[in-house]
Amino acid sequence: MKALRFALLALSRDWRSGELAVLLAALLVAVTALTGVGFFTDRIGQAVDQRAAEVLAADLRLRSAEPIPESYEALAAEQGIETARIISFPSVVFFGADSALTAIRAVGPGYPLRGRLKIADAPFAPARETDELPGRGETWLDSRLLARLGAAIGDTVNIGASTFTVTRVLDYRPDQGSAFVDLAPSLLIPLADLPATELLGPGSRASYRLLFAGTPGQIRDFRDEIDERKSKAERLESVDEESPQIQASTRRAGRFLNLSAIITVLLAAVAVAMAARRYTRRHLDNVALMKCMGAPQRFVLQVTVIELALVALVAALLGSLLGYLAQELLTRLVGDLVTVGLPPPTLAPALMGGATALAILVGFALPPLLQLKRVPPARVLRRNLEPPPLRYSVSYGLAVAALLGVLYWLVRDVRLVGYLAVGIAATLAVLYGAGFLLVLLAGRLRGAVGVAWRYGVANLARRGRESVVQVVAFGLGLMVLLLLAVVRNDLLKDWRASLPADTPNFFMINIPAAETADFVQFVEARGLPTPQLFPMIRARMTTINSRPIDEVVAGNDRAQGFAEREQNLSWAEQPQIDNKIVAGRWWQASDRGKAYVSVATEYQEDLGLALGDRLAFDVAGETIEAEILSFREVEWDTFRPNFFLVFSPGTLDGLAGTWLTSLKLDLEQRKMLAELVRRFPSVSVFDIDAILSQVREVIDRASLAVQYVFLFTLAAGITVLLAAIQSTRDERRYESAMLRTLGARRRVVLAGVAAEFTALGMLSGVLAAIGATLAGWLLAREVFDLEYAIDPWVWVIGLAAGAVIVGGAGTLAARGVVNHPPISTLREG
Amino acid sequence: MDRKTVLEARSLRKEVTSPEGMLTILDDVSLSIVAGETVAIVGASGAGKSTLLALLAGLDEPSAGGVWLEGTELSALDEDGRAAARARHVGFVFQSFHLVPSLTALENVMLPLELAGRRDARAEARVVLGQVGLGARLGHYPRQLSGGEQQRVAIARAFVTRPSVLFADEPTGNLDTTTGARIIELLFNLNAANGTTLVLVTHDRAIATRCDRIIEMDAGRLVGAR
Repeated sequence: MKALRFALLALSRDWRSGELAVLLAALLVAVTALTGVGFFTDRIGQAVDQRAAEVLAADLRLRSAEPIPESYEALAAEQGIETARIISFPSVVFFGADSALTAIRAVGPGYPLRGRLKIADAPFAPARETDELPGRGETWLDSRLLARLGAAIGDTVNIGASTFTVTRVLDYRPDQGSAFVDLAPSLLIPLADLPATELLGPGSRASYRLLFAGTPGQIRDFRDEIDERKSKAERLESVDEESPQIQASTRRAGRFLNLSAIITVLLAAVAVAMAARRYTRRHLDNVALMKCMGAPQRFVLQVTVIELALVALVAALLGSLLGYLAQELLTRLVGDLVTVGLPPPTLAPALMGGATALAILVGFALPPLLQLKRVPPARVLRRNLEPPPLRYSVSYGLAVAALLGVLYWLVRDVRLVGYLAVGIAATLAVLYGAGFLLVLLAGRLRGAVGVAWRYGVANLARRGRESVVQVVAFGLGLMVLLLLAVVRNDLLKDWRASLPADTPNFFMINIPAAETADFVQFVEARGLPTPQLFPMIRARMTTINSRPIDEVVAGNDRAQGFAEREQNLSWAEQPQIDNKIVAGRWWQASDRGKAYVSVATEYQEDLGLALGDRLAFDVAGETIEAEILSFREVEWDTFRPNFFLVFSPGTLDGLAGTWLTSLKLDLEQRKMLAELVRRFPSVSVFDIDAILSQVREVIDRASLAVQYVFLFTLAAGITVLLAAIQSTRDERRYESAMLRTLGARRRVVLAGVAAEFTALGMLSGVLAAIGATLAGWLLAREVFDLEYAIDPWVWVIGLAAGAVIVGGAGTLAARGVVNHPPISTLREG
Repeated sequence: MDRKTVLEARSLRKEVTSPEGMLTILDDVSLSIVAGETVAIVGASGAGKSTLLALLAGLDEPSAGGVWLEGTELSALDEDGRAAARARHVGFVFQSFHLVPSLTALENVMLPLELAGRRDARAEARVVLGQVGLGARLGHYPRQLSGGEQQRVAIARAFVTRPSVLFADEPTGNLDTTTGARIIELLFNLNAANGTTLVLVTHDRAIATRCDRIIEMDAGRLVGAR
């Protein structure tokens, strides 16, 4: 109680005298940057997730082979969650004498809950978005189906016992997916018309889906509730199994946003650490005095901690508010570019910002402040008495642990944080060593330069350890700024380039083996490049290491999804260029005749597979078995034909299969599709333009947003660096006063300070460039799976930015010190 | 008149480790100071004056021997115990004033009272600052005060808790002769008015002769007393 009262007193006095300003400013900038970036990435992240959720046409989807009870809808309604129903099943649609196998989708009101349908007035014609659904007695058919039946808008078709009028061409459903699950062309009818068709009897192969949409919080809670309630037959579906491409892009966008959040945290840590150091140093004398006057250790500690906690609290509250305002301003500035449908921010970033600042403060400021407790009271008599030195492992250990904890909490990505931990540790070690060497070298140089530089550089060398700490801090700060300014650009450019303009937008599936030559000829005759054909065989997985698949996947929703689904098997001599072997090896000529399979990592994770496991498949009644020789990481977002399961040549020989290919067709070239479908009636044309543009949109939106987030982080970073420089000014007060007392003119003293900071800035800049290049290369390679070319500009900008930012800001900060009358500085004792 | 002993040192020894090995900076120092006495400790630089002061005030621990303050053995207490003893009995005046730069003159004087949890800190501090002639400069920060004024604030701060022993470490060391003389005058006057025991470290013979007793030190030992 006494401590609290005293801490409050001390706080108000320290505040009034400006003692707290630097620490508070550093914390404030840190929290503002953290929450600002946090709020913004939160909104962008939500928007990207929402876009990705369109693949489900919902935020959450429940699927079952049996009718889904209405109690789920009641439960959802109670919690303000929207719902819609779909029932889909294969059936035959008749148009006069013609008929075709189709996937019928009976959709209820509200469908789709996320994304919009696109319709057209003629097959393969340009489409428009709509919020309507087919009315009673109406049906919408997709282009392939219309082409196959030879029907047109206005015709009537028969489905089961009912007759429907074709009123629109169905161009696009958000949930049409791209995993070639629905091979048959589809049509929409109203759910209310379904009973009259009399198609849904016992034994019909219908799939029931219930869609849910709500706020992320609602959905999270609801998902948990459903997870507990759902029966064995019911399954929750997620975005990634529906569309690995969208998932891959979303994940990468998320990593970019995480990167900026991490950088903000690092910058904040640098600022807070520097300010905390200064705060501690300035408090040494006061604490010794308090103890001399009879304050017990515990009391000193309590007062220190309470005062610090109060500062942190003020910084957290005020910083969150400023962060929110900054973010709001930012979204206004960005205008329509990204704000379209940008969801409102949640409160989480404010909490996160405050908690992060606190964790950093505790990590960096607490160990030195705890030392205050141990300041010998005799320091009042002998100034050189310092508290017993902290072991580095204790002080920096806590700081690094706090930092990594915060980073993990922020990004929940062990790999990213792991690389960062190693990166930070290595960078610090290198910076420390290099800083030491450079300071040493600078000391040697001093004979060769003018008086101002000699004084400045001599200062650097004399303050050896101190200078090294500053080089490390500024170097780290500049390094992340360089990462932001230069490396980020390169990464984003590479990301955009990963989806070049000639990315295929149509897949042709079910090309019979006997027709492949004709097909290639047909395509070539229309002036298109020769297509590459891939074999594809439909199969179901039956056993893993002779254990029935049902047994293996029981209780694992995602594994069940993979196991239930019909698989597309393929074989290849060479791996696709966008595949990376992550375990095992690809087969060689000497493996000919052996049954091997290479499995995508998605399968490996969900089914818990290991190299050497034996997978068996049922292909139209025949069983084939193969041993896993490798696992592959597939870049799904390149949109080249790719397969989860690729077999060694010869393994699938003799099995009834078809071929598939992909083509890039512009609007004009698409006209040949109708002819192609008539010429090769068994071939299914699969339009992935929609999913492609979905992915492009995710990339465009996210990269634009990332640009702005980075810009914001950059501004925050420079501010933080300035605050850090401010915190070093104390150390220069005495010197400046002393030199002026000895007769140095102000200009000379200032030039000396400028020389010192400029040299410091250039040293830091060079080290930062080295760090940024390494970090950029590592990030590109290991985290973003992108190619990265070293950018020479990093070096130029690093050196220049170091000299200008650190030199300029340092000189400005020191100007006040130099202008301070020397007598009053010396008198303050 | 037989007066009570307030401060006693028996066979004090202080050793520190230095690059050249163990260094004895204080060796077999015994002394006894009675209530109200004024004692000057004199000697050349490095004679061990400040070390002795630190030990007598309980700011540091002896390597051997003991110090008794108001009958309590300081070396038997832990650091917090010694801090409590200082809070009750001891005041300090330093060569370099040691005012807290972020506090006004008034707040600097209030500080020891606040640390003791006294509610009347402000009123008490005003009175004592009036006594040292700074009643008109209560709201000034140390940097706005002259050296002599700063030391007067420090003296007010030392006397405000009515300590039984006042330790002064070269109180005029940073002041010019005229100002120093005034400060010493003030110090002795307040000391007499409060009946405080004064232990003064100085190398100024003129100041030392104003004390009841002079203890002379050389190379860590007491070499003479008067």
